[in-house]
Amino acid sequence: MTTILLDPTAARASPARQRVAGHRSLEGLTVGLLDIRKRQGDVVLDHLERLLGERGIRTGRYAKPTFTKPAPGAVIDRIASECDAVIEGLAD
Amino acid sequence: MSSEIPEDGLVLVVREGCPTCQLIAPVAADLEARGALAAIYSQDNPDFPAGLRVNDDRHLEVSFRLEITIVPTLIRVTGGVETSRAIGWSRREWCAIAALDDLGPGLPEEQPGCGSLSEEPGWAEELQARHGETGLESATLSLQFPEDPFEIMDIRGWSDGLPVVPPTPARVLATLNECTLEHDHVLGQIPPSGAELTVEKAAINAVMAGCRPVYFPVVLAALDAALDPDFAWQGLLSTTMGAGVAVIVNGPVIRRIGLNSGFNVLGHGTRANATIARTLVLIAMNVGGARPGGTDRSTLGHPGKHGLCFAEDESDPAWQTLAASRGIEEGRSAVTVFGFCGTSIMNVETARTAEDLVASHERSLEAMSQMRSSRRGGGVLLVIAGEFWRIFRESGWDRARIEAALHDATTGPGGGTPMFESGDLLVTRAGSNAGLFSTIIQGWGSGPMGSQPVTREVEP
Repeated sequence: MTTILLDPTAARASPARQRVAGHRSLEGLTVGLLDIRKRQGDVVLDHLERLLGERGIRTGRYAKPTFTKPAPGAVIDRIASECDAVIEGLAD
Repeated sequence: MSSEIPEDGLVLVVREGCPTCQLIAPVAADLEARGALAAIYSQDNPDFPAGLRVNDDRHLEVSFRLEITIVPTLIRVTGGVETSRAIGWSRREWCAIAALDDLGPGLPEEQPGCGSLSEEPGWAEELQARHGETGLESATLSLQFPEDPFEIMDIRGWSDGLPVVPPTPARVLATLNECTLEHDHVLGQIPPSGAELTVEKAAINAVMAGCRPVYFPVVLAALDAALDPDFAWQGLLSTTMGAGVAVIVNGPVIRRIGLNSGFNVLGHGTRANATIARTLVLIAMNVGGARPGGTDRSTLGHPGKHGLCFAEDESDPAWQTLAASRGIEEGRSAVTVFGFCGTSIMNVETARTAEDLVASHERSLEAMSQMRSSRRGGGVLLVIAGEFWRIFRESGWDRARIEAALHDATTGPGGGTPMFESGDLLVTRAGSNAGLFSTIIQGWGSGPMGSQPVTREVEP
């Protein structure tokens, strides 16, 4: 006896993509600092901004309107076009 | 199984359990004796009509291929093409198709037939799955005995921990037949992964959750509501706070599908209540990839994360329904989704007046919302049971009055920042009539920066 089951998963999910190679050094790069609006995320990011600045590394600040929802496309596009790497403060 | 259907001549489909087929059995014998019948098929007994060369169609494949809706059906086939068909018994039609003028002496001129077994619920979808064009696009998994579908599905991670119903093509087709949308219609992107959810995938997961096909329109409405950005389903699925989805149903669909609004309404015991919101959980896991410890970051979770669905008690016309209070026309069916973090029952048996009831909730509502470190409440859905409502009703209070009083009570004397903004404090009626109880369903995060309740009409 054969039982046929239909796959409940997102069989049409996005295909596997190549990962972008990591940076060996941040020299000459721009690092985005993304505040997702979790409490005290700005404290961590302020600290990182200062530390990176002391090393001569360019930084840019970005923020989501709220941590409860995905970042708007415009924010993602700005980070992608202006930065080589991004650090986001996830937890409070 | 494949059956050869004659390419020329008369084909007759009957079943013993049909009185009209019994009536025309002598006509079938007459046609066979004259060499006019190319084939006769019986849906239930290959020895009926007795004494004739009857083909066994208990698998109903021929009936399905010939699209038999009523038995008896007499068909003329010429060169493999159907040229005429008589449904039920009609001497005039049968004589015309058989090119004979003396069929069925002594029989009435006509008699309607009976429904074909191939059209019976369950069979229709099974036959479509076995022999028809299903239009299903999902990958399939073929299991051979003694592989146990329940164990295989569990191993594959398709379950929320409880057993799931095997999503066979027949069950999924039966579910899809309950909506007018195309199988491949995209309902939206399911968080957290953002993978597309088609109607077909929704139906597969509804079957697995245990939904009867008639629940599917409610599932679709709940999905549509949950996918509204205001609901912030992504946040609910990912949060460390461990939030679940509550689905409150209003309107005629409650009776149609047998949703419970009474005893143990927030507990177990009713299939529709147990499976509709569970479908959203399975979709979030199977399509959206929300797995505990993966993108579902719930620190503790709560029992309601299995999904909570219940109907509002609409038995008292004096009560404005939740759906009506949210802009849905009276008499229409609707769902409201509410992101929540748990429930707490309130025993207020000493209360005698409407004011007592409100006062007894003030500190509890505050406690339930003070779990947020901010002063702002996280939103609350208050469920009031029968006796509780009776006191309000006898005091002349309606929904608006209750909500306003609770709002004032939680704002505190002298005003200040209200704990609940308008729309963050919902009241609904459910539960049995015995016991002065309410339940506070604790919201997650309210307002535009959190998760807001969303209401959607159920498409008929």
